Amino acid sequence: MGLKILTEHINVPGIETLEVYRKHGGYKSVEKAVKTMSPEEVVEEVKTSGLRGRGGAGFPTGMKWSFLAKPEGIPRYLVCNADESEPGTFKDRWFMEKNPHALIEGMITSSYALGANTSYIYIRGELLFVLRILEKAIAEAYAAGLLGKNILGSGYDLDLHVAPGGGAYICGEETALLESLEGKRGNPRNKPPFPAVKGLFQSPTVVNNVETISSVPWIVNNGGAEYAKIGIGRSTGTKLISASGNINNPGVYEIELGVPVEEFIYSDQYCGGIWKGKQLKAVVPGGSSVPILPANLILKTAAGEDRLMSYESLSDGGFVSGSMLGSGAFIVFDEDQCIVRNTWNYARFYHHESCGQCSPCREGTGWMEKVLHRIEYGHGHQQDIDLLVSVAKQIEGNTICPLGDAAAWPVAAAIRHFRHEFEWHINNPKEATAPGAVYRGQPETVTA
Amino acid sequence: MAKVTIDGIEIEVEDGTTILQAARKIGGKVVPPAMCYYGPLKGSGGKCRVCLVKVTQGSAKDTRPMPKLVASCITQVQDGMVVENTTNEEVLNARKGIVEMLLINHPLDCPICDQAGECNLQDLSYEHGVSAQRFEEERRTFNKVDLGPYIQLHMTRCILCYRCVYTADQITEKRVHGVLGRGDAAEIGTYIENVIDNDFSGNVIDVCPVGALTDKTWRFKNRVWFTKPMDAHRDCPTCSGKVTLWTRGEEVLRVTARKDQYNEVEEFICNTCRFDKKEVSDWTIEGPRHIDRHSVISANHYELPVVNVPIVPNLPTSTKKNLPQE
Repeated sequence: MGLKILTEHINVPGIETLEVYRKHGGYKSVEKAVKTMSPEEVVEEVKTSGLRGRGGAGFPTGMKWSFLAKPEGIPRYLVCNADESEPGTFKDRWFMEKNPHALIEGMITSSYALGANTSYIYIRGELLFVLRILEKAIAEAYAAGLLGKNILGSGYDLDLHVAPGGGAYICGEETALLESLEGKRGNPRNKPPFPAVKGLFQSPTVVNNVETISSVPWIVNNGGAEYAKIGIGRSTGTKLISASGNINNPGVYEIELGVPVEEFIYSDQYCGGIWKGKQLKAVVPGGSSVPILPANLILKTAAGEDRLMSYESLSDGGFVSGSMLGSGAFIVFDEDQCIVRNTWNYARFYHHESCGQCSPCREGTGWMEKVLHRIEYGHGHQQDIDLLVSVAKQIEGNTICPLGDAAAWPVAAAIRHFRHEFEWHINNPKEATAPGAVYRGQPETVTA
Repeated sequence: MAKVTIDGIEIEVEDGTTILQAARKIGGKVVPPAMCYYGPLKGSGGKCRVCLVKVTQGSAKDTRPMPKLVASCITQVQDGMVVENTTNEEVLNARKGIVEMLLINHPLDCPICDQAGECNLQDLSYEHGVSAQRFEEERRTFNKVDLGPYIQLHMTRCILCYRCVYTADQITEKRVHGVLGRGDAAEIGTYIENVIDNDFSGNVIDVCPVGALTDKTWRFKNRVWFTKPMDAHRDCPTCSGKVTLWTRGEEVLRVTARKDQYNEVEEFICNTCRFDKKEVSDWTIEGPRHIDRHSVISANHYELPVVNVPIVPNLPTSTKKNLPQE
């Protein structure tokens, strides 16, 4: 297995306690940062590392940090987005549960870099047990002088709070998260102003994913240049992948970015091949909101090159023949899975989770779900496929926040690559609705 | 000051003006429609998405176009910005799509709706909508709710513009209603069954762009286009007392605030003026009010000679093409 940055000590018994965590080199980065480095130097290291946001969008973290407005006399905030609720994603929950101090260390180092004296971890409401683990770890850190006033005698103060959400997917969107954190209804805000200018309590705020923040200590300890050597091209470092679906070894894997997808699926150190030796049908490489890709396109790009687990390679070919790395939820489908049913399932999720603020998303997600439900249960009409494409297009890009896009992309991609399967459902309602019935034909061929 | 070009017309506006406000300064056809934005209410806008426009040049310094369509009601102008509204196919198509979305769960009960004739959604669908319906599922419905003695909420018609929420937040002391639930199950409601009871509660009726919040003293009394709007005022201790009376014969059927051509009120009025003063003798009549809107009211305006005023002024010629091919 490759280099481990986040999960090196994750299986050490008692790593969730401060004592064991420190024994394995924990909180070194805090000492190094607050005692020997200036905040600007930390930001510079993160910039050099090429670390990109691990929550889904993949925006360079260092650049995000340098956009933070720094007006005099106004506090700045760092907020950790631990509202992980994308279907198929479970890396952050697992990581925080196992190794809470790694996140807290990252929060201290990152807050120091940004000059924040109050930071928040906004955690998904369903993860109350993780919240308790984090609170226990935070109490330990306070007791050891790693949090609170005058951290390690450096004169830097930081208060860290954990706030649970109410369990809405939309609160994982950064501005909705900030609204929710302020105690309001979790509706996304109109942008601009961006959170870097007016975020939490109208103050400059940076919102980062758990995994992003947890990667910072290693960068501070070993240097950004060292981190940039890991990975491939502009996809530097390692990434936690939540592998699920019809594979032999589902679970969270830390990979160096750039591992070939084929190796990731079939190698025994990762997914271990398709369950019961079946054929691969399709993969959703980055969580439910990214486009699904059929077997031929996930293993090779349209140009015939090997597809790699990296931001660039997975999005090669745009949405015509590519997808996105997203949050790293790798969902594998074998030959017995029905794409129509799966697409309906996703549409149902987005229908349920749309906040209802802007009209295209509020009405469109429900509409798509109803049409897909109709097709899945044998009542579809021939024009329904074009209707779905057109509704998806009406939503995409016209909404306040990316949830609209996230709802539209999987539907549009499923039709793009598996149109025959939808047509088969519509033309053969009896066969299609029989228990266990699956279309066995080939997916659409896409040329670049 | 910033120079901005909208549909080829150049105008100079102050910094910080939104595209929509700049377009309203030009007036006429370049003004994007707005269902949720409401000038007098701070923070409104950005939700309904019908005012989307294309910015083909961000500013004089940064000439790149903006990647997505932007909501003109909340996007501030930059010096040298070039905006396309009705001249851009992408904008018109997106708007058509959004009107369709707004209508899929709307009951289209205009024949029995009190708002018909002065309804923003009605005007919008005439101008930008398509005449065919692609949504064949059951519509979302709600029961009617009484919000006290004066206001009735007909949630089925609501388009969730949040205007009434902002109104209650900004001009009254205590807000008792808000948005409950999410997605297409979101609804305006009081938690739990409550009465909107304050001196200015009636204003939520004025700001409502559709017939979701209606005046119970006016419900089913008459159609808007049969009534004569008259400007009037009275000495009111709580508000400005400047109102529009909607009369038929000697009877005052309804009292509303004075609204401009974009349906925005000039001054909010109090409940006493709105609901209790329904006699001509209560008011000093100033004269007829000119309604400068392309809705059906102005079609029957007694100030103008009634000669074939088109009820549907700008119906796109391509409307028919969008019918599904049977």
